[in-house]
Amino acid sequence: MKKYHCFNRLFIAAGLLGLTTLVQAQNDDAIRLSRNTEPGNTPPIWVSMSGFTGEAAAVLQFDLYVQGFGFTNANGAQYLISGSNNGNLEGRVMDHFNKNALVSKAYSGSTLRRQAHAFADDFVQALGRKGIGQTKIAFVVEGGYGKSEVYVADFDGHGPQPVTRDNSLAAAPCWVPGRFAVYYNSYKLGNPAIFSHDLSTGARRTVAWYGGSSISPAVSPNGRKVAMILSKDGWTDLYVADADGSNIKRLTKSPEDESSPCWSPDSEWICYATKIKERRALCKISASGGSAQRIPTSGVPNPTEPDWSPDGQWIAFTAQRGGFEICVVKAEGGEVTELVAGEDPSWAPNSRTLVFSRRSGGGHLSVLDVPTKQVKDVARVSSGVNSQPSWAR
Amino acid sequence: MKLTKFGNLLAIGLALGIAGVGCKHKPVAVTPIPGARTGAVGEAGAGNSIGNGTDNTDRGASGGIAANAPGSHAGWPEDAETLKADSVHFDYDSSVVKSSEKSKIEAVADYLKANPSVAVRVEGNCDERGTAEYNRSLGERRALAAREELVGLGVDASRVDTISYGKDRPVDTGHNEDAHARNRRDDFVLLTPSK
Repeated sequence: MKKYHCFNRLFIAAGLLGLTTLVQAQNDDAIRLSRNTEPGNTPPIWVSMSGFTGEAAAVLQFDLYVQGFGFTNANGAQYLISGSNNGNLEGRVMDHFNKNALVSKAYSGSTLRRQAHAFADDFVQALGRKGIGQTKIAFVVEGGYGKSEVYVADFDGHGPQPVTRDNSLAAAPCWVPGRFAVYYNSYKLGNPAIFSHDLSTGARRTVAWYGGSSISPAVSPNGRKVAMILSKDGWTDLYVADADGSNIKRLTKSPEDESSPCWSPDSEWICYATKIKERRALCKISASGGSAQRIPTSGVPNPTEPDWSPDGQWIAFTAQRGGFEICVVKAEGGEVTELVAGEDPSWAPNSRTLVFSRRSGGGHLSVLDVPTKQVKDVARVSSGVNSQPSWAR
Repeated sequence: MKLTKFGNLLAIGLALGIAGVGCKHKPVAVTPIPGARTGAVGEAGAGNSIGNGTDNTDRGASGGIAANAPGSHAGWPEDAETLKADSVHFDYDSSVVKSSEKSKIEAVADYLKANPSVAVRVEGNCDERGTAEYNRSLGERRALAAREELVGLGVDASRVDTISYGKDRPVDTGHNEDAHARNRRDDFVLLTPSK
């Protein structure tokens, strides 16, 4: 309640100075933000941190680093972060420039780890951005030859929990937007089929089980549709159905191998990888049908595994020369920015951080802040290769 | 423009300043962290049983030879040895059956014609180059390519199933071109009706 009291005061103060001022200032912010988020070429926002120890300090450093903050001493910092973590966490953030307190909060309940994630989120949100500290990822863990299971964990890899225990092949998990539920494909029934899995109840349903292979599910942002790759009609084509698998519709009829669909944030378009005139390419097609349109990715060979950012601006994907490169391109296509080595990127809800996989070090996941190119490795499930991450959003 | 912007910043700064002063000596607000997001993941397979999805017998579509219903040959004993020598190999990033490989598919077709009760599962595989789901699609396309050839040679489509293992089942775990070439393949697994 106290929090709202202060918030009201801010509004009253802003109201006194006139609403137009506030609106205009927001527009200026928007311009500044877009200029400051050029992929791979943006300096970090400098912060200093004092008073935190151990796990709390580590969580704050991780969370802020992968959202574009850099750590320096108090003299060089734009924001001064201070606090303590004796039992519960207390934290403050001051703007070094105008000495305003951006955040001043104490936390209780759950774990210290989660309190630190919440404080990081409160700071990031005070800057008008979306915090990702309390988000989840799903991914695949290999477990011996031709075996793999789906896991979920905090976005930094902590608290991993197995979703499947089928002793089969499970692959390509994707989240149902806004719900604690995932879709994935599993070979549990013999040939690969697509399942939905409610993570709260454990209830699992078959969404698509056809002859051949039913693979690569992607649930639309509005939760109503699922895009997938099926070979039931004799070619590996892109299909769309209602979220439960009914009302299936074939969107492509191409002898090439379509793969790895993803959705535009308005649930109108599906982007996928295919082959055009013997060259790999990204395309998009209306979810209600029509002709495919190429998304140019100039100069980059073998684009696959696209993921459309939740703000609609970017498509992240994997390019392949000798190794794999994480790339981003404007959603309409064009000049590609190659970022770091890795494959299979998935956007965080903030449309700036990606989780992706690397085959080095036994196969692990990393997170990348696209504007600054800052990377941190995610805690690994040690039993096998970790791959195919999907960020809950 | 510059002045206006500065004016705005000043105004907002003032507003924040007033708000900040108002808050300064109050006790800091306590934010409880809800436990909902840490909820346990349910046991896989609990709850609803896994059953057949929708009708899978759509054979009329053009643009490919329709697949058999899943589970058509469920429970049929498998034999991965008899046609082992006939595995078909592919070029990098290709699902085209090369002319040099066609004799193997002819051998499989001959075997199926001589043994009319058996069926075959074509298993498409890829090398480790390429991302996971790209390979899963490519592997299926390779299996479908062999199926099309078999049907072209007079084998009834109902006797040929396909599956893709992507890059998940290499025969050679090396990281060189020899290994890659061995892994880009269709394997033929015989399915014999149970007695």
